[in-house]
Amino acid sequence: MSATPPREPAKKKVVLVRRAFLAGLGLAAAGLAIAFEIAFEREARPDDGPKKPAPTDVNAKSAAAAAGEGLRPNLFVHVSPDDVVSIVCARSEMGQGVRSSLPVLIADELGADMAHVKVVQADGSVAFGDQNTDGSHSVRGFYDELRRVGAVARMMLVSAAARRWSVPESTCDAREGAVYHEPTGRHFRFGDLANDAAKLPLPDPKAIVLRPASRLKHVGKELPLLDGPDLVTGRALFGADVRLPGMLTAVVARPPVPGGRATSHDPRKALAVPGVKRVVEIAPAKRPFGFRPLGGIAVVAESTWAALRGRAALEVSWDPGDNRGYDSSAYRDKLVRSLRSPGRIWRNKGDVDGTLGGSKRRIEATYYVPHLAHAPMEPPCAVAKVDGKRCEIWASTQNPQSAQKEVAAALRLDPNDVTVHVTFLGGGFGRKSKPDYVVEAAILARELQAPVRVQWTREDDVQHDYYHSVSAQELVAGIGEDGKVVAWRHRTAFPPIGSTFSDATTAGIGEMQQGVLDVPLAIPNVRAESVDARAHTRIGWLRSVANIYHAFAIQSFIDEIAHALGEDPLAMRIHLLGPPRIVTTAELGVEKLPNYGQSLEEHPIDTARHRAVLERVAEMSSWRDRKKNGRALGIAVHRSFLAYVAVVVSAVRRPDGRIHADEAWICADAGTIVNLERVRSQLEGAVIFGLSHALYGEVTMKNGAVEQSNFRDLRLMRIKEAPRAIHVEVVKSSAPPAGVGEPGVPPVAPALANAVFALTGTRVRDLPLVRSLAV
Amino acid sequence: MSVRVRINGKDHVLDVDPEMPILWAIRDVLGLTGTKYGCGQALCGACVVHLDGEAVRSCVTPIRRAEGKSITTIEGLSADGSHPLQRAWVELGVPQCGFCQSGQIMTAAALLAKKPKPSVAEIDQSLAGNLCRCGTYLRIRAAVQKAAGGE
Repeated sequence: MSATPPREPAKKKVVLVRRAFLAGLGLAAAGLAIAFEIAFEREARPDDGPKKPAPTDVNAKSAAAAAGEGLRPNLFVHVSPDDVVSIVCARSEMGQGVRSSLPVLIADELGADMAHVKVVQADGSVAFGDQNTDGSHSVRGFYDELRRVGAVARMMLVSAAARRWSVPESTCDAREGAVYHEPTGRHFRFGDLANDAAKLPLPDPKAIVLRPASRLKHVGKELPLLDGPDLVTGRALFGADVRLPGMLTAVVARPPVPGGRATSHDPRKALAVPGVKRVVEIAPAKRPFGFRPLGGIAVVAESTWAALRGRAALEVSWDPGDNRGYDSSAYRDKLVRSLRSPGRIWRNKGDVDGTLGGSKRRIEATYYVPHLAHAPMEPPCAVAKVDGKRCEIWASTQNPQSAQKEVAAALRLDPNDVTVHVTFLGGGFGRKSKPDYVVEAAILARELQAPVRVQWTREDDVQHDYYHSVSAQELVAGIGEDGKVVAWRHRTAFPPIGSTFSDATTAGIGEMQQGVLDVPLAIPNVRAESVDARAHTRIGWLRSVANIYHAFAIQSFIDEIAHALGEDPLAMRIHLLGPPRIVTTAELGVEKLPNYGQSLEEHPIDTARHRAVLERVAEMSSWRDRKKNGRALGIAVHRSFLAYVAVVVSAVRRPDGRIHADEAWICADAGTIVNLERVRSQLEGAVIFGLSHALYGEVTMKNGAVEQSNFRDLRLMRIKEAPRAIHVEVVKSSAPPAGVGEPGVPPVAPALANAVFALTGTRVRDLPLVRSLAV
Repeated sequence: MSVRVRINGKDHVLDVDPEMPILWAIRDVLGLTGTKYGCGQALCGACVVHLDGEAVRSCVTPIRRAEGKSITTIEGLSADGSHPLQRAWVELGVPQCGFCQSGQIMTAAALLAKKPKPSVAEIDQSLAGNLCRCGTYLRIRAAVQKAAGGE
């Protein structure tokens, strides 16, 4: 997610690496060795379950071949003589289906037979380019490069076959795992060609030719979930499931207030618990917190149960530190008050003050969105093993390179001596791109001189997150003589994500581009400002980031304007979008727009696409019947991560009087897509994620400490609260690929709040809704 | 003290603290990691296993309660992933991250064993204790119905 200062600014290009270089690096070979090790561990268990190999060793068959045989034109592809095509997935799988998407893209370009494709999860290495799996970036950032990766292998296999037949390469094609000589129908399997192809020179990068899109067999289709069988049998290996010989488990008592420290602790009762080996202090964190551990007292034991009991018995006195006064309820009021004064101007067009002053009518509203927690179902967990100057990590991490860097810094090792293996992630949502928990494991493994697994409890997760920023916004619209909106002022205040990495109190452009600077408004006078705000906890990015609160405010406000002027909320949105056009930075009134790291030429702001998803979702939901049969519909549209998404939510009143979102429609235009099936599943999930936050999502702090602790008081949507239907439509498009994992989320909360207004007449401007209504 | 328990059809004598929750006994002692820790307080359902056929929260059920009884975990639900629920789950592409899915499937399996043709309301009621942060609920409903021989 693009609002984070310390991220590597430029996405490193994937380098096609020669075989010799690869051998020197030992990267993929190390990955295979590790897969074996984990597989061995699993085989060694007294396990009564299925004896199929672990998912991480699916490449076992071709591992021997990887020792030297077969074709490996780059880090991503290996074609073995036994006809297995191993394709590396260098991005983390956290439910977005990336392992069922990116490898398919390579395989499709290659012409591989999917039944012979094995997906190998990459370790952390800059050789793979940026592996930070966030920002809805995997497909949009690597689409062309991964196709080139597949194309290189295909060209070499075709070349090898053409030489055998002594025919021109142009008469051959690769498909279904074989190269065919088209005029005669003769063919060789890839495996038969692999060793010959490996002897050929790599094609000149300029000579790499991609297949026409029409010749891609799988891309854009509803592709199967490759890991499905492992995920439903308990075989999939998550970070929490890694087991090494002699491994110990640690749970850590962390300072209840970030920036606090243990003043004293008595380990005796903890050490008296059978199985507890050691009690170890981890140094307290100093501001800025970055990705370093919060510090505290670790209880290291032979089993998780012993560690948990040991930590419960531990006696610790804490100095809460500088954040002891943080009260999120008082802070809300302070944040709202701060909106009364002008802020830093980010977007300016026309004369907002003059027009507002002269407007016949003004519409104003203030919106508030609280802190939110990521709460992935798998709490943070990592395993580390330190051997002299080398460290090996197994972790549920969205960012193995960042984990590598942070562990190296904490242990004063060369990053090249830190190996990070990526397991399945039991959810991420941005939490697991922050490797504080990985560093804890590394510190403890070195201290104990044994492999250590750090297990966060749910309470740890809820109380020591990098929270979604609290925010307040004021919107003011001036209405002219003709009843049209003639002026628009947007003021946003939130402690920035930058506060986690520096002393920042000013919003970053990464946050301001998310639903403030990039919103097309066919209004002559527009100004957007940010008001500085100081953070008193760790702030981090959460699925769709600043778009959550900005889309909530803007899409609620447009609804308010429509109702105030007696217009259809859909028509008002179309009116404020203006005619179909490409919106320039000049029209927006901004100097620059990061555009999620991609160019405006390739990914322009195109109001025709906004409008198309809006009109389609209106059709899908029978918008014209928006208040019939006891239901009321609310609508919202938002562009984020370069994708356009419109949502309609239906609100009904249940027999017990509670408000319920009973049905939802979502239409997304994410340009070219790879796996339609996983895109649909992401959009369904985004609706639930968005509804859950809008209805119940809130983390509060008192005396600097989080008040919630577990799913008892951190309420998430449950199945009986989920809509009875979510209708998904994905626009067919040949535009460059946009993001998918996040963009479904932002329009959901305002669509719900707008539906609730339509149903009840109550306008909810403070989330979550459960604070104002029975839901 | 030791606990005698049958797990996935095989007898074990476990030399563990009898208060140790079944979850940690099967994960840490037996290495059966398909059953997940999500909350430790019987609030999320990621840890559901069958104890003599009943769905229980293994994170709060001491292993002593399993003395002389039979535990089935996700690894023992079928030998090869062929339980109708597992098949329906794969066919409908239910999992996203997958972490909660063992618990969802084990809860649904206990439901179907008692109620072969549950209504949507009964499915919702039965699975109300199983959280999924990825939001796969609608596909879970559909997969349970499919496994029950519906659409």
